[in-house]
Amino acid sequence: MITTPQLIASLAADAKPVRRLRPPLARAGLWLGAFVAIVAAVTWATGSWPLMIERLKLTRFAVEMTATLLTGIAAVVAAFYLSLPDRSRFWMLLPLPPLVLWLASSGYGCYENWITEGPQGWRLGRSSDCFIFILTMSIPVGVALYLALRRALPLDPLRVMAVGGLGVAALAATALQFYHPFDVTIIDLAVHVTAVLIVIGCVTLGGRWDLARLR
Amino acid sequence: MSDAHGRGEDEWAGLMARAQEGDAAAYRHLLAAIAPYLRRLAGRYHRVPQDVEDSVQDILLTVHAIRHTYDPKRPFKPWLVAIGRRRIFDRLRGQGRIRARETFLSPEHETFAAPEANLYEAEPDAAALREAVARLPEAQRRAVTMLKIEEKSLKEVSAATGMSIVALKVSTHRAVKTLRKLLDRKGKKI
Repeated sequence: MITTPQLIASLAADAKPVRRLRPPLARAGLWLGAFVAIVAAVTWATGSWPLMIERLKLTRFAVEMTATLLTGIAAVVAAFYLSLPDRSRFWMLLPLPPLVLWLASSGYGCYENWITEGPQGWRLGRSSDCFIFILTMSIPVGVALYLALRRALPLDPLRVMAVGGLGVAALAATALQFYHPFDVTIIDLAVHVTAVLIVIGCVTLGGRWDLARLR
Repeated sequence: MSDAHGRGEDEWAGLMARAQEGDAAAYRHLLAAIAPYLRRLAGRYHRVPQDVEDSVQDILLTVHAIRHTYDPKRPFKPWLVAIGRRRIFDRLRGQGRIRARETFLSPEHETFAAPEANLYEAEPDAAALREAVARLPEAQRRAVTMLKIEEKSLKEVSAATGMSIVALKVSTHRAVKTLRKLLDRKGKKI
């Protein structure tokens, strides 16, 4: 059994210079900048940009799109703050307002859809495609975010990765908007929410497992 | 008092900044300075001194692992206390889990459910054994007395009685078998 003075001596002997982390906002900004650049390049390459501009003229769509994007940004920023030991836990509430707006606007879209189309509004739209899109896109984005957050070796990986997982899912859902058909049925919304929850769960558990292994 | 605390904290922040740059002396000084503070912090949550010391060591190891997350522009103590609390709670949670699933053994537990295993209180009945041995045939009685009771070696008994080692082994085996039967019958009568 090593004594505390012995431990201090051995830690001091291992005092190599370390690279300080940049402020969390700067790290989140860099990460989000890289994400936006990649999505913009892909959108440009696939030529879906003009269609997107057209869609954004619809108020409801613009609100939903903005809310989704803001949820993603807020959750990623919050995850970077939460990964540090001395930052407030209340950062986890940051993505809550845009998340509520996102769900409300999607829900309103479903309702509108149901009113205009009647029982047809309950059909399964192109949900399976969306489901697969959100899941596949979340894998590289989730891994990239995880690698960035891991540098801080968060003390509470569960909370950090859960919020980070929400960010990843919201960003994937934002990218999905470029390819999604206009009408969102209630089933589509349920499928989206399920995909988001699966992503949060996977990112959280994967991150927690890996960080526990590092300790 | 608060001035002294403030000065101490400024000093700690400065030492940590130097430690991040690889200054081993500053780092050793810092760790030695924060150890008593952490001991007081852990002492508020743990009762057993060993737990306090284990928590202090956990915290020091974590401070070492994530020292790159400290920003020298920010106060040092909240950073340290956040790590400290986290590690102390982790230890308390771990102990709680162990307490919920495991029961510490007391002397009463060190036995088995089957009654046969708990016969240590019953005194061996020497008189019954002597009586049973006396009822054995001559060769068996001699073999078991010399080998098992007097604890002589096979060679010694063979030399003393003139019986071969194989014959001695056979006699002892038969004697033990007969004794078991005799004593068992007695046990049943009781």
